Amino acid sequence: MSTTQTAADFKKNATTLTADLRHRSLIKGALKKYEVARDARKSRFQDWQAARQSAAEIKWDAVNHLDTHLVELAKNLEARGTQVHWAGNAEQAREIILGVVRKHNARSIVKSKVMTGEEIHLNDALEKAGFDVVESDLGEYIVQLRHEPPYHFVFPAMHLTRGEISKLFTEKLGTAPTDSPEELTMIARRVLRDKYVNADIGISGANFAIAETGMISITENEGNARLTCALPKVHIVLMGIEKVLPKLEDLALFLPMLATAGAGQTLTGYNTMYGGPRQPGEADGPLEMHVVLLDNKRTTLMADPEQRDALHCMRCGACLNVCPIYKNIGGHTYGCTYQGPIGAVITPHLCGMADWKHLSFASSLCGACTQNCPVKIDLHHHLLQGRRNAMARNPVWWEKLAFQALAFLFNHAPLFSLGMKLGRIGQIFHPLIKGTPVDPAIAWTKSRELPKVAPQTFREWWQNRK
Amino acid sequence: MNERENILGRIREALSVPAPVPGAHDHPSAHPASEAEAAKHIGEWLPSVGPSLEDRIELFRSNSADLKTDFRLVNSREEALAQVKEIAASEGWKKVASHADPMLEGIDAALGLPVLKTDGGYNVCDMEQCDAGISACDALVAQTGSVLVTSRSAGGRALSVLPPHHVVIARRDQLVPDLPAAFALLKQKYAGNYPSLISFITGPSRTGDIERILVLGAHGPKKVTVVCY
Repeated sequence: MSTTQTAADFKKNATTLTADLRHRSLIKGALKKYEVARDARKSRFQDWQAARQSAAEIKWDAVNHLDTHLVELAKNLEARGTQVHWAGNAEQAREIILGVVRKHNARSIVKSKVMTGEEIHLNDALEKAGFDVVESDLGEYIVQLRHEPPYHFVFPAMHLTRGEISKLFTEKLGTAPTDSPEELTMIARRVLRDKYVNADIGISGANFAIAETGMISITENEGNARLTCALPKVHIVLMGIEKVLPKLEDLALFLPMLATAGAGQTLTGYNTMYGGPRQPGEADGPLEMHVVLLDNKRTTLMADPEQRDALHCMRCGACLNVCPIYKNIGGHTYGCTYQGPIGAVITPHLCGMADWKHLSFASSLCGACTQNCPVKIDLHHHLLQGRRNAMARNPVWWEKLAFQALAFLFNHAPLFSLGMKLGRIGQIFHPLIKGTPVDPAIAWTKSRELPKVAPQTFREWWQNRK
Repeated sequence: MNERENILGRIREALSVPAPVPGAHDHPSAHPASEAEAAKHIGEWLPSVGPSLEDRIELFRSNSADLKTDFRLVNSREEALAQVKEIAASEGWKKVASHADPMLEGIDAALGLPVLKTDGGYNVCDMEQCDAGISACDALVAQTGSVLVTSRSAGGRALSVLPPHHVVIARRDQLVPDLPAAFALLKQKYAGNYPSLISFITGPSRTGDIERILVLGAHGPKKVTVVCY
């Protein structure tokens, strides 16, 4: 595999973090709690597998008729006074949002969790243009204070201990150190209350968009999105075009599935459908609502029918939570917005094969991701297809040569048995160079023992048997 | 407008090659069921709810206990108001926010406290000072322990999330069994003219963002009380 900078960084960070036992025990501890809660909730379903199949079918319908559903969504949003914008790429989306923010002479902006915002580097763009922007989700707020991307797209600050968070708050906010998660949460609550009350603009993402009724559905636990969409005068939604569901009642299935698969809850704290700005006779709410529909290469992924079902993803994070690779290398190592198996599948399509094809190899192919995906995305097969696609596009000459040589060897029995004999002699001397730069098996022996060649082959045993 | 056509054009081009139907790997014969058929089954797949009103009440009660929602079942509206009065006294409320609704009639007099009414607009800083937000709702959902509110039924968007304690007054007949029933109710009640906000509130505001340890009152209310008569 030819190595790009992203691949080299990935390898380096993965090696470091895999050996970091403190990191591993922190992540495993957190994910164990998730697993227990998820299993308890899942067992309450009368038929989880049938629900999965149905969810997969509804998403299939939504994605495979996306043009019709998007037109319907836009029409119904506009009918209730929402302004709909279409953004082909990240730059266009940033320009649209900056345009709205400038039009209102906004000073401060409050955001609830928007993964598409991470994808288009929205905070950077807003800050560079001179606007004050603050994340309101507790985990996102913590990583924003650290100038870090989210570690996990559902649990953004999962890699930090309360001690580290306390130290961070002391440094950045001047608060007294504390060992209590509750006190830390209350510190953030106090700081962010002020921001909500004074913000001119609220920016949110979308978990689902309902075509039939023209609504944006947002799922959250903290109430931060509820406040973000209630107090500021303007509400901007940034969402990927694939988030559409045909019918309002589809949510009766998707909301509990998202909660169960994503966080081991029966239902997430707040599941809210926003159908426009403040309507006549309503007490409060924004005076303007904007929805930015973002493509940003989703149509490139869509053009691959084999992997199109990756667009069914509702970002629950279940595949990350069960992935042995994710648990060992951690979220930041992936180096992209969407981590874990789903990230490894979609990132080469969204951000370019050349820089991201190595992610297809960040998998043990154990299939835990596929098994746990609530919308049945065939993740581990897509990772295999990703490897095939990467090799078809950029064949590596020496790998090709090596496999041709092996094929020749396996096809010529005398040569093969000579090889076995040489191996037996070779392994006597191997310990002398094992692990040194001249060791031809260095990539293997660095961290593992080389298997021994048997003293007698099966053929020899067969010939010599009495 | 142009970008809209570009995106739709790319989607149509991509979709010109069909994708395999879901489940093709596990069940080669699976075909998408019709939507109506699927919707009918959803209730059979989700967590089960008993047939009687008593079953629903018990399920809502046990879900509330899990969620740390304070659920109080009383026998009349007068008793419900008395419950709210009792909470107000024990928590030392000084000011509350509320809205005009037949369900909440008489609450101002019962409490004898300054009440901020949200109907027709209010000052956000005033509401921020309130000790509780008292609202009606559209439904209670037994299956999930949720309170279904809309901007029309619960005094706008902020009343149920800005004050530190959200108190909901509901009737027994507002308790629906499950989520499909809640969505059917929404459609029947509002189709063609939906409120700008519909929200399923499931317990007090919560977070697990620090070491996956549950903390209540992250940004929204630290307490949710449902008084049902």
